[in-house]
Amino acid sequence: MLEIKNIFKTYGDNPLLKNISFKVGGGETVCLLGASGSGKSTLLRMIAGLESPDSGFISFGGLDLASTPPHLRDFGLVFQDYALFPHLNVNDNVAFGLKMRRMGRVEISERVANSLELVNLKGFGERSVNDLSGGEQQRVALARALAIRPRLLMFDEPLGALDRALREGLLNELRTILQKTSVPAIYVTHDQEEAFAIADRVLILHEGRIIREGTPADVWANPNSAYVAKFLGLGNVIDGVVRGMGKDGKWKVESEFGGFVVGCKHKHSKGEEVHLLARPFVEERNRWSSSPARAERTLSDSEVEVEASRDVSRPEGSNINTIQGKVADVVFQQDKYKVTLDNGLYVYMKDAPKIGKKIAVRVKVECLG
Amino acid sequence: MYMGKQVDMETSRHENKASLYTCVRVYLSTLPLWFLPLAFLALAFFFPLSKILALTFLPSTLTPENLRNTQSVVLFTFYQAVLSTLLTLFLGIPSAILFSRFDFRGKSLLRALTAVPFLLPTVVVAASFNSLLGPRGLLNTILQSSNSLFLPPSSFILPPFIAILLAHLFYNTTIVIRIVGAALSNLNPKLDQTARSLGADSLRVWLNVTLPLLRPSILAASLLVFLFDFTSFGVILLLGNSLLSTLETEIYFQAVRQFNLPLAALLSIIQLLCTLIVSILYSKYAIRSTQYQPRSTPPLAPRTFKQKLFIVTLCSLLTVYFALPLASLPFRSLTRLEADRGQRGEVQYGFTTDYYEELFINRRGSVFYVPPFQAILNSLTYASATVILSILLGFPAAFALAHPTRLEKILDPLIMLPLGSSAVMLGLGFIVTYGKWLASPWLVPFAHTLIALPFVIRTLQPAIASIPPRLRQAASTLGASPLDIWKNIDLPILRRATLAAATFAFTISLGEFGATLLVSRPEYPTIPVAIERFLSQPGGLNYGQAMAMATILMALTTASILLIEKFRLPNASEF
Repeated sequence: MLEIKNIFKTYGDNPLLKNISFKVGGGETVCLLGASGSGKSTLLRMIAGLESPDSGFISFGGLDLASTPPHLRDFGLVFQDYALFPHLNVNDNVAFGLKMRRMGRVEISERVANSLELVNLKGFGERSVNDLSGGEQQRVALARALAIRPRLLMFDEPLGALDRALREGLLNELRTILQKTSVPAIYVTHDQEEAFAIADRVLILHEGRIIREGTPADVWANPNSAYVAKFLGLGNVIDGVVRGMGKDGKWKVESEFGGFVVGCKHKHSKGEEVHLLARPFVEERNRWSSSPARAERTLSDSEVEVEASRDVSRPEGSNINTIQGKVADVVFQQDKYKVTLDNGLYVYMKDAPKIGKKIAVRVKVECLG
Repeated sequence: MYMGKQVDMETSRHENKASLYTCVRVYLSTLPLWFLPLAFLALAFFFPLSKILALTFLPSTLTPENLRNTQSVVLFTFYQAVLSTLLTLFLGIPSAILFSRFDFRGKSLLRALTAVPFLLPTVVVAASFNSLLGPRGLLNTILQSSNSLFLPPSSFILPPFIAILLAHLFYNTTIVIRIVGAALSNLNPKLDQTARSLGADSLRVWLNVTLPLLRPSILAASLLVFLFDFTSFGVILLLGNSLLSTLETEIYFQAVRQFNLPLAALLSIIQLLCTLIVSILYSKYAIRSTQYQPRSTPPLAPRTFKQKLFIVTLCSLLTVYFALPLASLPFRSLTRLEADRGQRGEVQYGFTTDYYEELFINRRGSVFYVPPFQAILNSLTYASATVILSILLGFPAAFALAHPTRLEKILDPLIMLPLGSSAVMLGLGFIVTYGKWLASPWLVPFAHTLIALPFVIRTLQPAIASIPPRLRQAASTLGASPLDIWKNIDLPILRRATLAAATFAFTISLGEFGATLLVSRPEYPTIPVAIERFLSQPGGLNYGQAMAMATILMALTTASILLIEKFRLPNASEF
């Protein structure tokens, strides 16, 4: 098991990593998710032994790795730019780590064949790595890392250089391979879809700290901070001010987009600034109620007046927790339309409203604290 | 924006740190790498240079008589260089237009043909011209011996000065074609079209738009051509019949024939100053000539009659001009066109291999103490020694330069300085400094190494720098120790570049003439020295052997060039 404890790293005057601690258990895939420059790649290189932390510990199986040079760590590392050896063919690239371990020729060729089969590159052995496509090159890099049967596999934005379609396919294969081999893995990326698709656990890095940690489902359901909600693109993040608590124990919040009522665990005080997340999906509160028109409505001009002067203290009112405005843009995406309003808010709808039309949509609103 | 920049800086800093981590343990620090190359440069270049300087500024050197002699030499050197340069531009600019604006069959072949002379040793070029247009060349001997009904026996002797100009033109036209041609094809075609739409006819477009935009590149090309013409040695010595003398040949005459070392030193310092100034100007314009946005104009098939006429005329001219001397050299080496040594009466004209066979015979009364074939063996030995020396010295320097720190930024121009000084001057430096060791044949490979070293370093350095640090990191995570990395990653990847560098050194040593002529002993001649000696002797046999030797040198050099092209990185620089 890999354990990272209290890692600090500073470049020049800029602290890059501030007190990072986490563990990776057997067979687990942990994803380090963060914007570029968040220090996630540096963290990976420290685990690989290519860089050393200013302070803190990295241990594997309870043994401190500080004095173990990279070539004795038995950690596989897959780079974004593959780093295949251009002077070696596919077989020799995959066999490299095994030759470094002075293995017998028979065993090497067996393992190379196995690894290539695992990444669906059977029969590519004699090819030059320079003639392969990006996806094929990344498979070779993966086979090369797998061949040494590493104690830990690390991926540094492995799919970053590939186009979208290829990325999805390779990601699925990678997940299968990780399950099959049950090697613990650390996967570094800035792409949340990629992270959520492959990780058992996600760590979100921001300004040198881990600001959110959990299973993809948990992180998705409870982003817990405005940064995470924005970074993951979970919906409209709205700044508001707490106006007080209703009788049902929910907080009344006022914002430039209208009033909202949210229930949350936080303790707020009147006048406190909070962030709200308005998920961009139409919420149908009463499934049995006859028409969806209660959720999506076209407003007449006079109604807007009413809406604007609406009393936010009526939590059960039909207009509560709606986002409203003039339709500015409609984009078709897969099975729904992304509707952007003139005030910048957006929502996904089944039917496309006309541009310029005023609408109000009830959505699910949560407090981010 | 600001954040982005900072992040970029950070990542690049990581890269440096990380690559250092893996490299540092193999190479420690760069300072020890520099010890051998710098020691060599100090002994072979800077110390001799200081000796020459000291000699120059002796009161006994700066006499009115010496200065008067110097003046005329300097004037003639400039005169022939300016004339040669103008002539080269006159042929080069139309050729640049031909190659960069038009597509026609055999274009790449013709272009390669024009580049061949530049790559050949000067002695071979001089011998080629001699074999065609010299007093004993094809044209003259055929004219003299023609008993044809139509032409009376006559003679054609090219004035030496014209021969020199033609040889310089032959040598350097490719520079103009490359530099101006590159600028021409990088011009934005929209400028041309805009000017036309604004009402300019094609001549005015050329004069008012194209030419001004090409000016930096034309200037850069002229300066480089001027530099080569100014320091030209072999061509002047071999075609000038000892009557015409430039700074470069005068240094040789003064040092070797008159043994007036102080005057030679004075001349070489003047020479060095001139070349330095021209070099600085050149690098200024070379940068400017490449600053336009590369928006390539694709070459087109000729359309109008005028264009076709232009192409046909220029192509024929270039083909004749560049192919004839190159072809006449091997041809002349295999034909007997005059008496071997002063026989009267019947001479067997026609095909012969005598000149090659004679190379293996040590005749009494010949210009050598050894069979001429020995010169070929000497050249090969010197070239091998040069390869070993320059690779040994070049590798550490190239490694240090591939990951430059502040130290490397200072040392880089220092390493390249010998390139800027003429070969004859380097030879003079050896004579002045290591005169007592002149009897030893081992000064020659050291002089050759001094000339080859910058090329070796410039060939190795980009190859070393092109190995991404990631490759070493990947190898490291796969279990390769620093030694394993050097053995399995660096060395195999550098094999091609090393071979290219070695071939470079080999070729340079084979063809080197100026320094060798000063430093080599009469009993250890090299191929170029032997050619010079054969050419300066009377008799058809000597002349034939010169042709045979030059043909052998041409073949060896061509083979080497083909090897270099095979090994070289595709993106390595041209000059």
